Amino acid sequence: MMEFQFDSLAGFLAMNGHGPYVWAAYGVALLAMAALVLVPTLRQKALRAEIARRVRQEEARRRAAQGARATHTAPELAD
Amino acid sequence: MPGQGGARRAVRFSRLPGFLTLLRTEFILAARRRADIVNPLLFFVTVLAMMPLGIGPEPEMLARMAPGLIWVMALLATLLSQESLFRNDYEDGSLEQLALQSQPLYFPVLAKVLVHWLVTGLPLALLSPLLGMMLNLGAAGYWPLFVSLVLGTASLSLIGGVGAALTVALRRPGLLLALIIMPLYVPVLIFGTGTVQAALDGYSFGPQLAILGAILATAAALAPLASAGAIRISLEN
Amino acid sequence: MSWQWFHRLGSPRWFYQKSSAWLPWLGAAALLLLTVGIVWGLGFAPEDAKQGNSYRIIYIHVPAAFLALAGYYIMAISGAIGLIWKMKLSFVVMRAAAPIGAVLTFVALFTGAVWGKPTWGTYWVWDARITSMLILFFLYLGVMALSGAFSREQSGDKASALLALVGTVNIPIIYKSVDWWFTLHQPATLKLTEASTIDPSMFYPLITMIAGFYLFYAWVLTLHTRALILQREWRTQWVRELMGTSSAARG
Repeated sequence: MMEFQFDSLAGFLAMNGHGPYVWAAYGVALLAMAALVLVPTLRQKALRAEIARRVRQEEARRRAAQGARATHTAPELAD
Repeated sequence: MPGQGGARRAVRFSRLPGFLTLLRTEFILAARRRADIVNPLLFFVTVLAMMPLGIGPEPEMLARMAPGLIWVMALLATLLSQESLFRNDYEDGSLEQLALQSQPLYFPVLAKVLVHWLVTGLPLALLSPLLGMMLNLGAAGYWPLFVSLVLGTASLSLIGGVGAALTVALRRPGLLLALIIMPLYVPVLIFGTGTVQAALDGYSFGPQLAILGAILATAAALAPLASAGAIRISLEN
Repeated sequence: MSWQWFHRLGSPRWFYQKSSAWLPWLGAAALLLLTVGIVWGLGFAPEDAKQGNSYRIIYIHVPAAFLALAGYYIMAISGAIGLIWKMKLSFVVMRAAAPIGAVLTFVALFTGAVWGKPTWGTYWVWDARITSMLILFFLYLGVMALSGAFSREQSGDKASALLALVGTVNIPIIYKSVDWWFTLHQPATLKLTEASTIDPSMFYPLITMIAGFYLFYAWVLTLHTRALILQREWRTQWVRELMGTSSAARG
């Protein structure tokens, strides 16, 4: 019952003359769906990097302030 | 606020004179802003006069397109006038005053919309036979055009009021208002032109008018509620 | 109270952390079903007797149209939940659902138009379903435009939720009126393939694709929601802690 409906790859691509329509529809749909996945993923990545950068900055600033106040205890901040 | 007691609302309902006072105030306010009344009408007439210049003067073609053209232009004219529906009240703070009162916003909103329709929709409907004549509309179409515009523009004012309330806090809502409200106008447009077309084709146009009436009844019940909610949201902004 | 789960559901933090675990599985399941469905539909489903191979577009067109419409209700219902119970998360879901729905509506419109050319001889017909889809597209654009127009985020949330709700009330009316309008203006000869008479060998891949699209929608909605949560909550303690552990710098 389940068999490939076309005898050759060329036949599969041509789709009996309907190839351009079928492939255009599938191509655009898949592109749009890929964008739906990629846009939030990249955004997430950029946001994570940005937030991590800010967190690090604030931490460094806090440490610098602490270091200035407690001048004699420096070893734990060495990393 | 939705949480108010039903008893208090029942009292409001019995206060028809209160509603009439609201209506009178709104009417006086509207009458002071002549441009807001006249401009949509001028727009309606001017654009319709452009149409034959754009699509050609053949009487048969104009006659076929007349119901649709007049209805679309009525829709646009209503839409353009809608922006100012709550704007002045928002800017001078009286909208906030209204919202702070303990009574529901439903009736003040309904009064504003009703007056908006009285000064834009109704004159549009009254002008429509003239434009029908200019566009060579068949004689059977005049009465249905007028009645469908009377019922339809009232629905348009009610539905557009929701959009006006949603966008009143924005600085330049013009195109945004059109974008959010236009799709909601579709049923009114379809049955409005359908009424005229049915009459021109020699059928009874009662059913279409009945549907326009049903749309109007639904809109009158629900749209002011949505507008009231939208006003409260806009006031928070 | 037993209502606790409900309020926990409304917490962006809870959602963000829980969804990290099942997100990969959801994505994998969606991609698997979509791949199977596409290969099946494109290569193994039999050719249609009347339409030839162009009917294979149905395997994208119909699921996309399904989800475009369902997505509007998902958006409106999350907006309503946000308005009623003042849940932060549901507004985020609503905002995330708007662009996804718009893209799926566009896909449905585009594939429909491309399918129309070999079937009806023209790309665009003012058919009832196509016209309704177009109006749905405008409704989505309206919600997106309104939500972006407010400078205060909460106002944008509430306003667009209200607009989505108004749209929900209108959708059945719009659909019915467009349907009536179409029967008035067009002869009834232009009909798409009736789904009820479709052969099982063509129907199973369609069901696979519909299931795949539902999973895909859930996956993408989660992805968009997570990105929006990060964007909105980046000042909060839990996001900082989450990022802090990944950057591993503690005093």
